[in-house]
Amino acid sequence: MKLLEFTDSGIYCPRAAVYLDPWKPVQKALITHGHSDHAYFGHDQYLCTHQTQSIITHRLKLENNVQSVGYGETIHINGVQFSFHPAGHIPGSAQIRIEHRDEVWVFSGDYKLQPDGISEPFEPVRCHVFITESTFGLPIYRWKQQQKNFDDINLWWRKNQQEEKVSVIAGYALGKAQRLLKNVDASIGKIFVHGAIDVMNEVVRTHVPGLPLTYRVLPEMKKQEFIGGLVVCPPSAIGSPWMRRFLPYSLGIASGWMNLRGARRRRGADRGFALSDHADWNELNQAVRETGAEKIYVTHGYSDVFSRWLKENGLESEIIKTHYEGELAEVAEGNVTGETSNSPE
Amino acid sequence: MKNFARLFTALDQTTKTNDKVLALEEYFKTTNDADRTWAIALLSHRRPKRTVNTTLLGLWASELGGVPQWLFDESYHVVGDLAETITLLLPPPEEGSGESLKFWINFIQSLESLTIPQKKQQIRWAWNRLDGTERFVFNKLITGGFRMGVSQQLMVKAVSHYTGVAASKVAHKLMGQWSPEQHTFETLLLSDEERDYSKPYPFYLAYALENDVSELGNPLEWFAERKWDGIRGQIIVRNGALFVWSRGEELVTDKYPEYVVVKDFLPDGTVLDGEILPFKNNQPLSFNHLQTRIGRKTLNSKLLKDVPVAFITYDIIEWQGTDIREWPMAERRKKLEEVVGSSSVLRLSPLVHFETWEELAAERLKSREMSSEGIMLKRKSSVYRDGRRRGDWWKWKIDPLTVDAVMIYAMNGHGRRANLFTDYTFAVWDNNQLVPFTKAYSGLTDEEIREVDRWVKQNTIERFGPVRSVKPELVFEIAFEGIAESSRHKSGIALRFPRIYRWRRDKPASEANTLADLKMLLNG
Repeated sequence: MKLLEFTDSGIYCPRAAVYLDPWKPVQKALITHGHSDHAYFGHDQYLCTHQTQSIITHRLKLENNVQSVGYGETIHINGVQFSFHPAGHIPGSAQIRIEHRDEVWVFSGDYKLQPDGISEPFEPVRCHVFITESTFGLPIYRWKQQQKNFDDINLWWRKNQQEEKVSVIAGYALGKAQRLLKNVDASIGKIFVHGAIDVMNEVVRTHVPGLPLTYRVLPEMKKQEFIGGLVVCPPSAIGSPWMRRFLPYSLGIASGWMNLRGARRRRGADRGFALSDHADWNELNQAVRETGAEKIYVTHGYSDVFSRWLKENGLESEIIKTHYEGELAEVAEGNVTGETSNSPE
Repeated sequence: MKNFARLFTALDQTTKTNDKVLALEEYFKTTNDADRTWAIALLSHRRPKRTVNTTLLGLWASELGGVPQWLFDESYHVVGDLAETITLLLPPPEEGSGESLKFWINFIQSLESLTIPQKKQQIRWAWNRLDGTERFVFNKLITGGFRMGVSQQLMVKAVSHYTGVAASKVAHKLMGQWSPEQHTFETLLLSDEERDYSKPYPFYLAYALENDVSELGNPLEWFAERKWDGIRGQIIVRNGALFVWSRGEELVTDKYPEYVVVKDFLPDGTVLDGEILPFKNNQPLSFNHLQTRIGRKTLNSKLLKDVPVAFITYDIIEWQGTDIREWPMAERRKKLEEVVGSSSVLRLSPLVHFETWEELAAERLKSREMSSEGIMLKRKSSVYRDGRRRGDWWKWKIDPLTVDAVMIYAMNGHGRRANLFTDYTFAVWDNNQLVPFTKAYSGLTDEEIREVDRWVKQNTIERFGPVRSVKPELVFEIAFEGIAESSRHKSGIALRFPRIYRWRRDKPASEANTLADLKMLLNG
């Protein structure tokens, strides 16, 4: 019996009878993080990190069926040992380590190596088998240092301010929005947030200290109040009537997809900032190397490309179809349904 | 180059025309004379010749980036742009560059005479000095694909603001054949001497009629002509020589040797506006015929015999060496009728007579039998302007032909549409089989494109590189302007201007049209 199997409902550990990030309702689900393509509604019991617990309890309206653990804490289920380790993707996100009789597997969920100032920094975990995402598994995706991105964002905000425009920046409500808030230079001006982000800020505030003072955009606010300010909204707000109150504004989008000129122009944004919560090409390779794993399963993203690359570099590798997949490129670009959207990038 | 890269970024980051004009003016102010002239040349599509094979560039870039060929190809598919792919895959540069735009253009031109290993060495040197946008612009220049999101009109406006020279004058000066090698900014734009006898005028272009034709007011204030389906052209006779220009600002005198005789019966100092049209037995031929002549390097006698061309003229804009674009249309027309005699090569585009809009609407319905695309409307009092303008000239095209077809293949688009399935192949039924007959790229909204894109990814049958065959389920109404027989296509027909008219969500694939339906239109 393999330690983990890939089934129609999700990644399954038959020995412990638990699923990891399942997309169909199951009895016991271990959840890597709070984005909705990983944390689905309808399972009998959930197990995740403390931080993720507050997120999914809110998002999925769960009550007493969520159990949580700290990073590194071990749990034994039918003789299999499970533990959660920081994945650096969003606050609370984890890789799940599974150990049974000297055999160790790690399921990465979504991750990044670059510290973002709000998520618990990624921790490499040694294992025999590593299950990795590959959202940006192409060498054209290599991120700048985070500070460089925020220098650009600050500069853009200042310039708009001089021109008496509103700066509107879009990033998904859980993770990206807080990362923007935490790292932007809040001394430039007033910061406003969309309601969906305001709600999420409250949920994660205890785990993400030091978020700047923000104002929720309210219907009664006057147009002049926004001039020179920064508005953080989810991607779903782009092109909606809600945006009209900020005219004239400059629209920025913060997403890894913005690394390509075509994607920037297609979204009709004034500026694209390639700020991603996923590993870039170099980080994916580094992460794989540091696990020391001999066998790599590649899930959602450019899985066929990354898997072939790993094989050419002497590793054993296979592609796994999951529901986190859907060729993520268009999930991110096409399906922008906002707060509860399953578009983590 | 830093300045120019900054300009490129500024233009790329805005869709607002005012911001673009400001960015251009700012660039003109802060750069030197030679770079200014080069920038204007590049913006009006005068690019340096390609001196390095693009396959080699890709190869050298993958080598430097430590990326195998297949991974380079995968990356290219996703990016949809070679210059950008190379920019992203190269390692960061170790040095910096302070060189000018002119330096880099000369650099690219100097590669022409080098051997391949020498070229490689030079290119690597360049890549190691240029970063980010500079590197991207350099790659765009060297791959011959340089374009900026700036129309000729916008650029003219910015030059006019910067120099204080009137926009119409700037537009005229920038026409025709000139190059930054022979001109300085001064001689190009600021001197009044006009020595270039070949220089054409900017074409006046019409918008499609948007409202009901009756809203144009009194019909007696308007001329109407047939709208011919050829290539817009300008015939210039000056200094005893003939020059033929196409709308793409290409000098095409040699491509249409039939016109040589024109200089014998037009006096010196005459410029005519009209249509290059295939014409045989007193009848225009379809555009499809002309297409067999476009792009041919040499013309053989058979082709000249099969597809002879005439010039159908409808305007005169220079007479006795004087620019008469300010004359009202009615006077220019009178002069044109005097000047143009009867010749089989140079023909007057006849006026369509009408007194009421209803009469004109009836004439418009005869467009297809007259081998035309519709009606052109020109206000009798209108002057000859430059560029595309609203108000005095309108095109009133006939409704397109349409057919319901099934999508069977989809391919990634390029540029703005890279990484989205936007290029589709359509088929119609022929005895229970679907026969591909056309491709179409445009016509859907961005939202529909995303929806179709998702559908394609979920309903792929097979992949062939960037192309996917999909379940034959989606039906689209395809509109086109003309149809002709073609031996080059499996279906036996070729369409003119095919595009997606609308998505027929209401129709199952079984109800799409048949090849027989299409062939009926051939005789129509």
